[in-house]
Amino acid sequence: MAAVAMLKRCLLRNRRPFSALSPSPPSSASPPIRGSLSRFVSTLVLAEHEGGLVKQSSLSAIAAAAVVNKEKSVTVLLGGSGLALRKAASHAASCHPSVSQVLVADADILVHPLAETWAELVNFVQHQGNYSHIITTSNSFGKNVLPRAAALLDVSPVTDVVEIAEPHLFIRPIYAGNALCTVRYAGKGPCMMTIRSTSFTLPSCSTETKSVEAPISQVDLSTFDEGSVPKSRWLKLVSQESERPDLGNARVVVTGGRGLKSAENFKLLEKLAEKLGAAVGATRAAVDAGFVPNDLQVGQTGKIVAPELYMAFGVSGAIQHLAGMRDSKVIVAINKDADAPIFQVADYGLVADLFEVIPELIEKLPDKK
Amino acid sequence: MQKRGREEERERSEAKTGHRLVGARSGSEMKVMVAVKRVVDYAVKIRVKPDKSGVETSNVKMSMNPFCEIALEEALRIREAGTAAEVVAVSVGPAQCVDTLRTALAMGADRAIHVDAGAAPVLPLSVAKILKALVQVEQPGLLILGKQAIDDDCNQTGQMIAGLLRWPQGTFASKVVLDKEKQVATVEREVDGGIETLSLDLPAVITTDLRLNQPRYATLPNIMKAKSKVIKKVTPAELNVELKPDLEVVQVAEPPKRKAGVIVSSVDELIHKLKNEARIL
Repeated sequence: MAAVAMLKRCLLRNRRPFSALSPSPPSSASPPIRGSLSRFVSTLVLAEHEGGLVKQSSLSAIAAAAVVNKEKSVTVLLGGSGLALRKAASHAASCHPSVSQVLVADADILVHPLAETWAELVNFVQHQGNYSHIITTSNSFGKNVLPRAAALLDVSPVTDVVEIAEPHLFIRPIYAGNALCTVRYAGKGPCMMTIRSTSFTLPSCSTETKSVEAPISQVDLSTFDEGSVPKSRWLKLVSQESERPDLGNARVVVTGGRGLKSAENFKLLEKLAEKLGAAVGATRAAVDAGFVPNDLQVGQTGKIVAPELYMAFGVSGAIQHLAGMRDSKVIVAINKDADAPIFQVADYGLVADLFEVIPELIEKLPDKK
Repeated sequence: MQKRGREEERERSEAKTGHRLVGARSGSEMKVMVAVKRVVDYAVKIRVKPDKSGVETSNVKMSMNPFCEIALEEALRIREAGTAAEVVAVSVGPAQCVDTLRTALAMGADRAIHVDAGAAPVLPLSVAKILKALVQVEQPGLLILGKQAIDDDCNQTGQMIAGLLRWPQGTFASKVVLDKEKQVATVEREVDGGIETLSLDLPAVITTDLRLNQPRYATLPNIMKAKSKVIKKVTPAELNVELKPDLEVVQVAEPPKRKAGVIVSSVDELIHKLKNEARIL
């Protein structure tokens, strides 16, 4: 009997989706309560921001949420503190027509992306909002946080979704992209997933504006307990400064493999990238040999890219590398070895010495607009 | 034979007494648990079954998941540095997982646990629950896993078990430094923007990235020695874990094939094609 009463209380609590959220004026319009809450698709997007803007990769997650959610009730959750958070929130409120609400969790402990705190936050917000779907991007942030949050909610999450067929039916690559698996979520809890950002790109999403901005609400964190004693501490982030476009969203990517032979020779590739306005990528062999830092690695375990043009120099084309670039629109391969597997996926192949080809390309290519 | 009997007995008594060992096993007596998965070898070109029910795995070369090898290597190095006393390898899956565990023992794990879950694939959430149950029995101070299995490419299990245990997590680790005195692990992580450094209170969960270390090969004498090491067998039911299939595989298909490309003969031809045929420049 007691259990039933408790269950009823839980249900009642969950039926008031935004009870613990205090809407900040002047945006006091709360979403209307629908007739059949059980069939109501409401999606929570866990988003990252940088420099006062929602990150491009998170905008992809919002685009994916819009595919699930025909009712245009996407809630974007942002965490952090201060002015940067407020600016990002107003960006989130106007970035996509499907966004119906922006939730802001303002706390110093959320400034750094610690999985322990963020997973508890997702758990906390889910218990108040009772969302049917929770979506984030399949990048190092999303992959770190979402499975932990899913375990707290006793849910099997879906990694790296490339296509949403129905609200509970998804396609995701397995075996380094050599097979596509269609999975159906049949659980009772929220449907949780990370999406592959290159599969949900929006043309000019960042500049798209809505006539009516979505309301921005503060998450009431007074009862948020992320574990009384923090068990992890953020110490530092060492990042490579680069003028190049971000590897994940670049229109053109030039990649070097073991064939480049040295870090010095990668400079040659950078010159070509500059000419093309391209991002520079690398294979595992090039990273392991110390030619370039690890965050340039493209492949099954590195970054997944799908640019309009992918140019591979001195790349053999191992299964694990192909997994990260096979969805590029046009693939060009330059390799001395005519039997290299990369030629099997290349649209244009050139069997030649890359040390001759790269300077020639730099000389003959038209300047980027 | 006698030795094996003694060890099993010790395990049984550990299982019964549970946290008696927490105090005794901290510090230099720390135990490291490593989860290893048996997967289709990374070099195999996989084939999708004609009935689209999955990927062909019979008569295909199977090996230890590469990230799991790295996890095991790291655990062995921690033991060799004197920070841990024992390395326990665990695998969840069908009977053939014993081969993977033998490999782990040959590399240097002290003993192994096989959780026989039958032939059907087990979802990461269930694996995490099984590992949680084993953690409660074994009381390790550190749990190391690979960051992802190269078959399902999920990248979930480590994070999920950390969540279930409410232990801190250091995922995608490229460097791990343990401080025995302070009971903390400093972990360098491979993240999108570069390398992030975290400090975690032990006990903790760490998942390994490729650059953490170079796994050793098992030598022939060690392979022979591994045959006498203990592999304990349990079932999910014995651990009170219910396998929860809340994700159903509807079908597995081949990805669309790219149309055949052309080999050009010069840089000029390449630029011409990119401009006029692909219209990309």
